[in-house]
Amino acid sequence: MHRLTLSELSRQLQNGDITSRQLTEHFLSRINQYDGNINSYTTATEQQALAQADHADRLLQQNQGGPLTGIPFAHKDIFCTEGIKTACGSKMLDNFVPPYDATVTHYLQQAGAVLLGKTNMDEFAMGSSNENSYYGPVSNPWDNQRVPGGSSGGSAAAVAAGLAPVATGTDTGGSIRQPAALCGVSGIKPTYGRVSRFGMIAFASSLDQGGVIGKTAECLARMLQPMAQPDGKDSTCFTQPPEDYLQTIERPMDNLTIGVPSEFFESDMEQGVTDCVNQAIEDLQSMGATVKSVSLPHTEAALSAYYIIAPAECSSNLARYDGVRYGHRCNEPQDLQDLYKRSRSEGLGDEVKRRIMTGTYALSAGYYDAYYLKAQKIRQLVKQDYVQAFNDVDCIVAPTTPATAFEQGEKTQDPVAMYLSDMFTIPVNLAGLPALSLPCGFNNGLPVGMQLIGTYFDEGRLLNIAHQYQQQTQWHQYFPEEYN
Amino acid sequence: MSWQPVIGLEIHVQLATQSKIFSGASTHYGSEPNTQACPIDLGMPGVLPVLNEQVVRMALKFGQSIGAHISPYSTFARKNYFYPDLPKGYQISQYDQPLIEGGSINITTPEGDEKTVGITRAHLEEDAGKSIHDVFPDKTGVDLNRAGTPLLEIVTEPDIASAEEASNFMKTLRALVRYLDISDGNLQEGSLRCDANVSVKPKDSDRFGTRAEIKNVNSFRFVEKAINYEIERQIDVIENGGEVEQETRLYDPDKNETRTMRGKEEAMDYRYFPDPDLLPIKVDQPLLDEIMASLPELPWEKRHRFQSEYALSTYDANLLTQNKPAADYFESVLTMTSAQPKQVANWLNDEMAAALNKDHLTIEQCPISAEHLAGLLERVVDETISGKIAKEVFERMWNGEGDADTVIAQQGLKQISDSGELEGIIDEVIANHPQQVEQYQSGKTKVFGFFVGQVMKATQGKANPQQVNELLEKKLNG
Repeated sequence: MHRLTLSELSRQLQNGDITSRQLTEHFLSRINQYDGNINSYTTATEQQALAQADHADRLLQQNQGGPLTGIPFAHKDIFCTEGIKTACGSKMLDNFVPPYDATVTHYLQQAGAVLLGKTNMDEFAMGSSNENSYYGPVSNPWDNQRVPGGSSGGSAAAVAAGLAPVATGTDTGGSIRQPAALCGVSGIKPTYGRVSRFGMIAFASSLDQGGVIGKTAECLARMLQPMAQPDGKDSTCFTQPPEDYLQTIERPMDNLTIGVPSEFFESDMEQGVTDCVNQAIEDLQSMGATVKSVSLPHTEAALSAYYIIAPAECSSNLARYDGVRYGHRCNEPQDLQDLYKRSRSEGLGDEVKRRIMTGTYALSAGYYDAYYLKAQKIRQLVKQDYVQAFNDVDCIVAPTTPATAFEQGEKTQDPVAMYLSDMFTIPVNLAGLPALSLPCGFNNGLPVGMQLIGTYFDEGRLLNIAHQYQQQTQWHQYFPEEYN
Repeated sequence: MSWQPVIGLEIHVQLATQSKIFSGASTHYGSEPNTQACPIDLGMPGVLPVLNEQVVRMALKFGQSIGAHISPYSTFARKNYFYPDLPKGYQISQYDQPLIEGGSINITTPEGDEKTVGITRAHLEEDAGKSIHDVFPDKTGVDLNRAGTPLLEIVTEPDIASAEEASNFMKTLRALVRYLDISDGNLQEGSLRCDANVSVKPKDSDRFGTRAEIKNVNSFRFVEKAINYEIERQIDVIENGGEVEQETRLYDPDKNETRTMRGKEEAMDYRYFPDPDLLPIKVDQPLLDEIMASLPELPWEKRHRFQSEYALSTYDANLLTQNKPAADYFESVLTMTSAQPKQVANWLNDEMAAALNKDHLTIEQCPISAEHLAGLLERVVDETISGKIAKEVFERMWNGEGDADTVIAQQGLKQISDSGELEGIIDEVIANHPQQVEQYQSGKTKVFGFFVGQVMKATQGKANPQQVNELLEKKLNG
């Protein structure tokens, strides 16, 4: 059952071949059995899951089920869940139980999905390896000495190991796409503004976007549909509802021109990754696509710009964690300064502190123009690169990461080396574009991901291309032996 | 050395919307602590601000009424600092792209002249909560009810030249926001707050002196006292060879002095940057036209009209137009009596004002309706009663004894104007006081008042004063 896609599961549920309760119990038992090795979940919600499953079964019996009714999912612990601990991978929120749901939580619940639990993640979404979590690192199901990627490492590992059929994630600089690639699953980061950010704990407000990790493009489409609905509680959320993604993915992939960015392939990459992605591009060609070379000249500057903008916004977004109203508070604060200093020093991890300090510096008097303002100008140039490219091509195809999963501890002493693993994903967030990562091969037994980047609100096309590719190839069907 | 004070004001006006600027929580004043702060106001993880449209409309009313430039595209910025009553660790405000720039407000100087005070800018922001230091021993209580209340921050040009002008400006601004129905302008409750930037310069000099900012002036009286103290302090410092420091000072009303609160070195770096959670405010011409068309007659427009249409003095017109219900009451009374505007104005600015003050009532709560006051004034005009008796009638009307005619009848207060009756009384008085008659006729004209007093006494004050004067004069001068 854990090898099945959402469309297969949904069909069986609708037909009454299985019940949601059976399905949910199956995943809960697998979590109990296997998650000790992986550490993908931080909070299990067994009671609620079973109650939700029973409710879904009642709807299904009355033929009132929708595309997601009864489908269990794992929820990245960055999304607030009313009455259920939401810690964002941080000691600072270890005691935080939100009195409200994130809009995404609410929409998924309305769609009848069943919450299996909250997944592990890099603290406050800052990291590319899930080694920055207060709740311990996550292991890659393909090789448990290696990282799953981050920050949505828990979600990607859970799906890869069959501990959830689908999961939510968030992506600020690659945190859905990179772990999806390293774990051999599919992941989509929608256009900025497609999915409501209300209740999605903020890291960098102009970059954060909620999305999906699953086995196939069809799973992504099915899950994204309710998540992408408009929401008045988020002023930056788009006001029009999305197209029907499940319909869009079935259309033939006609007259497709794909662009291959020269700058991406000029960087330092694992040969095996380059080979897999090139093969995938050839496969798309044989499916009828035309391939063109495109130039995205500001790609290199994008990484630097991101590592000013994201920390700057994060330094402001995380100021609310002060031990006053909720979250971690130090013991016996002596005075206000002591309360702030100790609560924050104790509650926040090193990478988070690093970025808060960097961001504060970049915004400070005398440096704002040289750093933050300049970074935002570069951001405009990065965006213009893509807008121009999309005049010539429908979709850009590139590697998701420069290398396959690295070893745990390999980059923890060198933050910049860690940051470089996001070099292909970061420019997309700066431009606010949608992008999807899907498996396209293996290198030394480790999964390789290919990235599809689309123009604004073109998620449908990306899902369509990925779906059509997955009809012609089998990379998405591979599964780590250990968890079979 | 002759010194010229230079004053600019920073005023925060709480806009009177039902809910907060970025959340749906109530803005109601005076509730139990922390009962009006929702997760958005509390800065909980993942929450987001959503702009309250009404707030913008109210701000636009202000901008249009002062002839300011309204920016068609303005942005919100985060002002970052740590304080327990600032839940998010930043205040959402406007920085380099404010909604309103320029414009002016006319005030009356203490000398009675008209003066224009320029407005530099006005922008929207959210209020912080309250830190309460005197409820818990050794601790400060934080009440977040106020967090997220909409504020309009108004900055004036340094056009104000004295403490009294500053207080006049505050009074005019208060009248304006109340006329526009955008704030109740209550200094004591904090819906109108004033900080003053004060410096002094030699009268002939063009160069401004160093300015100090005075905070915590929450009444018109304190505005004047604080600024006057500060002006004297600065002159003192300079004349003793020192330099005025650029700093923030707190006004202490008990000691009537200002004290250092925050020096230049401790000046905060707020690390302003555009708030990525909010879209820019876009204002188009149709909206501006709609707001412009909805403006009421403004306080200074009404004041000018009262002066020209009713021939009232600046002083009287000022008092009457300070709040709109009073001005409306005045005009309403005018439509129902043939009394002169000056007469009505006097009644409102003296008797009525004193009575309202004594009972802590507003004109809207006045126990005497405009119609009834008009009735009373009509009885003075038609000489049924004298002006003096009218005051007694007024008091009785105030206490609920009915309208003017009812009180006059019940108390028998009609004026005696029958010359026959009066002559009789006068003859009697003259006959009874031969000594005073002799004094008067030998040149002591002051004694006339004695006779008037005696006639009034004999008639319980009801004798028509003009007639008494005429008849007495005739009889005494023979």
